[in-house]
Amino acid sequence: MSKQVIYGVFDDEEVLISSAKALRGKGVKIRDVFSPFPIHGLDPVIGIKPTRLSNFAFFYGMFGTSMAVLMTWYMMIHDWPMNVGGKPSFAWYLNMPAFVPVTFELTVFCAAHGMVLSYLLVNKIYPGRKAHNPDPRSTDDKFIMEIQTADNKRVGQDDILATLRSTGAIEINQKELK
Amino acid sequence: MAHHTTSVRQPLILGTKTYHQITEDIARPVEGKANGMFKIVFTISALLALWGVACFAYTIGTGIGVWGLNKTVGWAWDITNFVWWVGIGHAGTLISAILLLFRQRWRMSINRSAEAMTIFAVICAALFPVMHMGRVWMAYWVLPLPNTFGSLWVNFNSPLLWDVFAISTYFTVSLVFWYTGLIPDFATIRDRQTKPKMRKIYSILSFGWSGSAKQWSRFEEVSLVLAGLSTPLVLSVHTIVSMDFATSVIPGWHTTIFPPYFVAGAIFSGFAMVLTLLIIMRKVCNLEDYITIAHVESMNKIIIITGSIVGVAYLTELFVSWYSGVEYEQYAFLNRATGPYWWSYWSMMTCNVITPQLFWFKKIRKSLLATFIISIFVNIGMWFERFVIIVTSLHRDYLPSSWTMFHPTFVDIGIFIGTIGIFFTLFLIFSRTFPVIALNELKTILKATSENPKPPHH
Repeated sequence: MSKQVIYGVFDDEEVLISSAKALRGKGVKIRDVFSPFPIHGLDPVIGIKPTRLSNFAFFYGMFGTSMAVLMTWYMMIHDWPMNVGGKPSFAWYLNMPAFVPVTFELTVFCAAHGMVLSYLLVNKIYPGRKAHNPDPRSTDDKFIMEIQTADNKRVGQDDILATLRSTGAIEINQKELK
Repeated sequence: MAHHTTSVRQPLILGTKTYHQITEDIARPVEGKANGMFKIVFTISALLALWGVACFAYTIGTGIGVWGLNKTVGWAWDITNFVWWVGIGHAGTLISAILLLFRQRWRMSINRSAEAMTIFAVICAALFPVMHMGRVWMAYWVLPLPNTFGSLWVNFNSPLLWDVFAISTYFTVSLVFWYTGLIPDFATIRDRQTKPKMRKIYSILSFGWSGSAKQWSRFEEVSLVLAGLSTPLVLSVHTIVSMDFATSVIPGWHTTIFPPYFVAGAIFSGFAMVLTLLIIMRKVCNLEDYITIAHVESMNKIIIITGSIVGVAYLTELFVSWYSGVEYEQYAFLNRATGPYWWSYWSMMTCNVITPQLFWFKKIRKSLLATFIISIFVNIGMWFERFVIIVTSLHRDYLPSSWTMFHPTFVDIGIFIGTIGIFFTLFLIFSRTFPVIALNELKTILKATSENPKPPHH
């Protein structure tokens, strides 16, 4: 049997969710869903785990804080202690209040930029990348479910198509996988 | 879809819309041809911007002696304009970050253009301190870099250096926050294009976004975390700007009330500028169904709150200057209200304290014309606020023999008008090349907040 990919096209995100539930009930594995906006409640249905990106942001933030502490200590206390306005730089903790703004800003800077870079990296999006949504309408008003026959050895192709049709897909497209 | 709608709140999307209709409406200004009115306004803005660039060039070539500064008034229009522009730049991130955390749906039609405005305003703001350095080619000296004169570092005890970190963090984080939201919308524009050239441009801009479930899940996470990071950030920026003044020992500046008072003033002026721009943009780009009277009214309510905070701060300053018993402090405020700059003080009071109170009347709050006029008043009033704080505190210092007045030269005026030109030029380019409303985000609230959602046909 040849490997095929099935695209079920929907015009309403709630219909797509109920259809996905019906398919999952039959044990069909859904490869992906392409939509113009995030569909709330879809991820658990099609078996997508919550992202751990925000944990990364925490570590980037901590990195920024540490860098700021290290930098202010090295530049103001260790390398060239300046006595500005009769306020000598004897120890980091004595001057700490003056370092709060820069420490805060660097924490936010590192957390935000580190997070966004990771986001671009894990999503594999960058200038020049070719889009791989199966249908240009999926960024406008259509919601497209991708199912591959190779993932679904136990459920017949006809059964999948029939379920898609009966649960509200307005269009079903099939493509041979090379 | 009856279970989605609630009759308590006003609809945020008017007319009968479908998902496709939203795409069409927002993509139209991007894909259509510019009309004559646009070309005229664009030409005027570009000419003003060019005039500003010429004045900048003159300043760099000759030195900042071409400004009206003197030995008593060392900060004047440049810092006034800097604080004014940074303040205007506060509304965008407030709308997109704080209102996201509070789950305010009315932010969705306005956050994109407000953030664009933020970025352009911060660009205009940053020009002033850089120019004030005089030798702008040494601007990198503000960075903590090892230098050729031995390892003399920048002074981390100085609020001016905190400002460098605050403004650069604010600018870059606002920029990536804005762009992260733009990527899926660029993809929508990309997938509609038939001309290969347009397709190519928007394909690059959209970073190859495909809108898969995993991408959207990460998108929501990154938006939430960036909103969480931007919320304290936006509050910190004007706090640190206010510390440029508050940590000094100039009467009228040396007050602990400055940080909250500056933040409230910044949001106040930012919302005023958003209203000025959006009331025009909704008309020019035919977005009346998306930027509705309900949006304008919500923003006017924020103007009442922040305007009242600013008013209370003015009165508190007056009271504390008297109650402190410090005669220099008392004189600084007496001089503001009755000295040679009385006109700027009373312009500030009228524009910032009295006019926004008119928004207590529902009729005025819901009138576009009245809102537009009052928003201009607030913009002017907030410029005068900074002028009053800076110039009237400086021009009569501790030594009466050096008391003087500040007179702006044509270069001072030219640079200020030039930044207004730069701001509008950038905003006009934005309004014709970018999706000015977060169109895909807006689709998520269509069913819940539309006046008349059209059920999809099966």
